[in-house]
Amino acid sequence: MSSSDMYDPNERISRESLAQLQLDRLRWSVAQAARSPHYGPLLSDLRLTSDSLTSLDDLQRLPFTEKQHLRDGYPYGMLAVPKDRVVRMHHSSGTTGMAVAVFHTKGDIDRWADLIARCLHMIGLRSGDVFQNMMGYGLFTGGLGLHYGAEKIGALVIPTGAGNSRRQIQFMQTFETTGIHIIPSYALALLSTFAEMSVDPKDLSLRLAVGGAEPYSEGTRERLQEAWGIPFYNCYGLSEMQGPGVAFECPEQQGLHLWEDSYLAEVIDPDTGEAVEEGEEGELVLTTLTREAMPLLRYRTRDLTAFLPGECRCGRTHRRLARIQGRADDMFIVKGVNVFPLQIERVLMSRPEVGHNYLIVIDRDGYVDRLTVRVELTADAFRGDLAQLREVQDGLTDALRQEILVRPRVELVEPGALPRQEGKAIRVVDERDK
Amino acid sequence: MIEQLAIFSENKPGRLERITEALAEANINIRALHVASLGDMGVIKLIVDRPDDAFRALGAPAAVRKIPCLAIRVPDRPGALYQVTRVLTQAGINIENASGFAVSRREAVLILEVNDVPAAERVLTEAEFRTLDESEFEAAVG
Repeated sequence: MSSSDMYDPNERISRESLAQLQLDRLRWSVAQAARSPHYGPLLSDLRLTSDSLTSLDDLQRLPFTEKQHLRDGYPYGMLAVPKDRVVRMHHSSGTTGMAVAVFHTKGDIDRWADLIARCLHMIGLRSGDVFQNMMGYGLFTGGLGLHYGAEKIGALVIPTGAGNSRRQIQFMQTFETTGIHIIPSYALALLSTFAEMSVDPKDLSLRLAVGGAEPYSEGTRERLQEAWGIPFYNCYGLSEMQGPGVAFECPEQQGLHLWEDSYLAEVIDPDTGEAVEEGEEGELVLTTLTREAMPLLRYRTRDLTAFLPGECRCGRTHRRLARIQGRADDMFIVKGVNVFPLQIERVLMSRPEVGHNYLIVIDRDGYVDRLTVRVELTADAFRGDLAQLREVQDGLTDALRQEILVRPRVELVEPGALPRQEGKAIRVVDERDK
Repeated sequence: MIEQLAIFSENKPGRLERITEALAEANINIRALHVASLGDMGVIKLIVDRPDDAFRALGAPAAVRKIPCLAIRVPDRPGALYQVTRVLTQAGINIENASGFAVSRREAVLILEVNDVPAAERVLTEAEFRTLDESEFEAAVG
């Protein structure tokens, strides 16, 4: 494959040149980070300046950055530019103490669009394509992230967002959609809508799909590819790093190329913090090399993965990540939305009608993720009538939905009905198969 | 006035069994039973012979409430219930829940939950209805 097939010549950069590029960019990134309230004093105390960085190993002198640092510093603790240079903000779910804001300058947005364009070009998207972006727009990065990149390719971008299934399919027919961006579980659920409308997705103009926002098994991917008749490519990202596009599959579909000219990656043992052996599974730690508004150094993603050994047949020299195998924390994903059990716990603890014992159950209703919160009613709170019970249930459902942005089922149970647990309580039961 | 026990329960198999088992072990006799469900949740209402003992037998953490109710003895013939509801409506009293059953060929007992028990008791007594206390209720149901 010649370089002209690639969107960016850096995709084939030699490992030696890449190392030099990374060092140059790391020094820039450290100098940039020093401008933020969080990293400034930290780097100063460590006497870590861009000049004192002589090799990539010097990065190890820095402590890890955790999500809690971003929460504690909310909202501007990690901001490295004057606020009037910020043109975009993305934001997590959650309220006080649980929220994370991520900022972008115009340059950050352009570079993000460029990385996405690189990803989409890699899987064959071109200016003649019609790209239906079926991912949530708004504060989540999935929608706007792919949108800007697909526009950069010159494709016709249809920003449908998620939902309105029949209309999505009508658009695919009318506008001859060739590529889609979608959550894998939604792609499975849509197969029922296709059947209801007597449309076979294989008869449409579709050529490719990008699956994102939630992990899914190789088995599910195969089922999707079989039913839709198109390849489904994996996309990895996290808002703190920009959003989607941190790593992406090439047509070989043997792992996701992590763009090492934009991110310095480490894989560590989540318990000890030590680097694992080459190719071993561990927690992915990322350092941004080009982010201007909010550079992050040695950020613990909590995603568990491994670097795949060897070279990819596509010729790209950026190492490949295995699909994410799990989390080093208790975060889970429901319908593409990240949820932390602590968010649910804090809502429950603030309501006197319910006790302190609860259980979160995640399963599937057909193809769709379903979240259930089982919680004990407090004996004192019971007034003897069903209407009041319904009020308690509805009140809890609304409060939870506002916090986690997913509507759960709330099941009230009798006091003492949930299993009492010794030691660290198991609060989450995930019954979906991997 | 008599007391009904209202017990919160999940609408799932085995719950009613557990409750009736606990009461049986405490030698409690159930005189009237009513179960209402709303989705996964339910409320079981019981009239028992010894409410305080039953309360204890159901266990400390159980969500149980004592609901004061009116028990009224009426003749078992058409119009009897209408006479009662007419008196309450005129007095502006709302019936929240109700049940009733015949206790012989000639008599029936009504169990009424109202929004103002003392006022209801007063207007019904004035209208010459018999509102029953615990022992009178026991005698009426036989």
